[in-house]
Amino acid sequence: MSIFVDESTTVIVQGLTGGQGRFHGLRNKAYGTKIVAGVTPGKGGQDVEGIPVFDTVAEAVAATGGNASFVSVPPKMAAGAILEAAAASIPFIVCITEGIPAHDEARVYNTLASQYPTTRLLGPNCPGIISPGKTNIGITAGEIALPGGPVGIVSRSGTLTYQALYELKQMGVGVTTCVGIGGDPVPGTNFVDCLAAFQEDPETKAIIMMGEIGGAEEEKAADFIRSSVTKPVVAYIAGVTAPPGKKMGHAGAIVSGNTGTAKAKMEALAAAGAHVVNNPTEAGEKMAEIVKGL
Amino acid sequence: MDLFEYQGKQYFARFGIPVSLGGVADTVEQAVAEADKAGYPVVVKAQVQVGGRGKAGGVKLATNEAEVREHAGNIIGLDIKGHVVRRLWVEHASDISKEYYASFTLDRGAKQYLGMVSAQGGVEIETVADENPDALARIYIDPAIGFTEAQARQLVEEAGLDAEARDGAIGILLNLYRAYVEGDADLVEINPLILTPDGRVHALDAKVTLDDNASFRHPEWEDFRDIDEFDERERLARSKGLQYVGLDGYVGIIANGAGLAMSTCDVVNQVGGSPANFLDIGGGANAEVMANALEVITSDPKVRSIFINIFGGITRGEEVANGIKTALGRIDISIPMVIRLDGTNAEEGRDILATVTSDKVLSSPTMLEAARKAVELANSSN
Repeated sequence: MSIFVDESTTVIVQGLTGGQGRFHGLRNKAYGTKIVAGVTPGKGGQDVEGIPVFDTVAEAVAATGGNASFVSVPPKMAAGAILEAAAASIPFIVCITEGIPAHDEARVYNTLASQYPTTRLLGPNCPGIISPGKTNIGITAGEIALPGGPVGIVSRSGTLTYQALYELKQMGVGVTTCVGIGGDPVPGTNFVDCLAAFQEDPETKAIIMMGEIGGAEEEKAADFIRSSVTKPVVAYIAGVTAPPGKKMGHAGAIVSGNTGTAKAKMEALAAAGAHVVNNPTEAGEKMAEIVKGL
Repeated sequence: MDLFEYQGKQYFARFGIPVSLGGVADTVEQAVAEADKAGYPVVVKAQVQVGGRGKAGGVKLATNEAEVREHAGNIIGLDIKGHVVRRLWVEHASDISKEYYASFTLDRGAKQYLGMVSAQGGVEIETVADENPDALARIYIDPAIGFTEAQARQLVEEAGLDAEARDGAIGILLNLYRAYVEGDADLVEINPLILTPDGRVHALDAKVTLDDNASFRHPEWEDFRDIDEFDERERLARSKGLQYVGLDGYVGIIANGAGLAMSTCDVVNQVGGSPANFLDIGGGANAEVMANALEVITSDPKVRSIFINIFGGITRGEEVANGIKTALGRIDISIPMVIRLDGTNAEEGRDILATVTSDKVLSSPTMLEAARKAVELANSSN
């Protein structure tokens, strides 16, 4: 099994006619993902290598029955695109867009929470989700992931998500689902959502969690691991050497005072029973060891 | 983008928040002219983005021209915790009967806005929050709904602001919220918000952090970029649109994605090296960006080796490889570099790199191995 998506998921790509949308949409399709439609306002009626394009998400849903959306549009259009997908009753929305204003994200998150409570948003500013061998929605290079489980991956950083998949593949360990939740201040899906889903998924036997400095989501995840996760968790936190008070790249990675430091997060996770490792390679090695003993 | 106090006050003024009459001065003569305009007594304030200005002698009261000359002369060029003062803000000195605190920011845990008001302003608000949490009134605001006058009233009443200050404070809070949301700020903070003996409320300081992601809808922010206090490396990187943070070590780091870039710094540290910088070329970086990144890194004389760690997702391997090739053609790079390339179009990228004949360019299959090699090269070139 996989979480959130599986081989029956049908995907509408918002922004399919754009450079990134086209490249990654077609690459997802080549991977085996059921890409059923594209949406670009004003380009309805066209097609991208046989994938029909519609003006609105509602039209795309009516014509194809798509039940997931892959949002690949520029930052200034992203909030509108996500809300349009939710209004068209899409239950699962993946937004890869980087650089969305924080206030737009906060408004979208709270609008979804109050008006579309059953819609799940993954991202923004995330690599997407891949269930190896079944479906790949987003920008992850599918060939770096080994299908079949038994490991679930959840990561806040895009490139560390790839690194985790790669390390497991080197060790010959497969993945049920790999979820990149993104590093922005207000992610639609958080660590706890994914840990809960992996705990429920019978095929996922162990979990890798890749976190980073800033915020308190890793600490919340530690509380949840202690109370509700019985499967082994390997945790890695990036940013041990990051100087306090500096914004390291994206909005998520900023440390102020004592909160959100790598050390505090690693201690919280270790205290919750997670296997805390020092680099991505160790995460792969530790997980291979755990999988061998299952 | 963090604003200087004077920029924050100009920003507040745009949203109708009362601030002291004052002006900017880069020279003693300008300070005297601004003092005349503001009216004596005046306060001469160093414009640096670091706390503890007052203690360092960067904030002085002047009652006449001679004192303005003396203080301005002393403060310009003053080094405050490594920040050299290049600009002053000269404003009319206010009589203060009470000092309060007000701010809006995003509570990432709650995923809502957090408004805070305290009757104990003028000190570090973290101290108030720690020692006397009840003195800090808080309200959560749903970003999809907004902030109302009733909520503003509730905040000032809960915080226990003096009765004569309440109406003024409510008006300021409503405008401060606008400055936060419409202005696309990550943080707006007034500390202290003062009550004067004649019953007026106004902002005596201004702390504003703008959300760089929203700059596309704020062309007026260009005004705020007139002076920077970044170090030379950070200035160069920013002019090229790169996410760069200078560190103290000697291994130059280029990676894609903040998480991988931080992890790369960590791993270099773990294998006994010391990173010279954090540099994230971001998602979807092309050849031009890669070449710019190499230019920035090689402009740092401390750098003895470079570790390029790319795991392609939206970033494509062949673009990265072409960027490295371009940079090698454009600038003379004498520093050895170790490249680790995986993910999207990594094969194409490696093929391109294989055509680079420089003995300074090495490839490494894994992150850990590449880190070890980069550190080794740095040490052997010492």
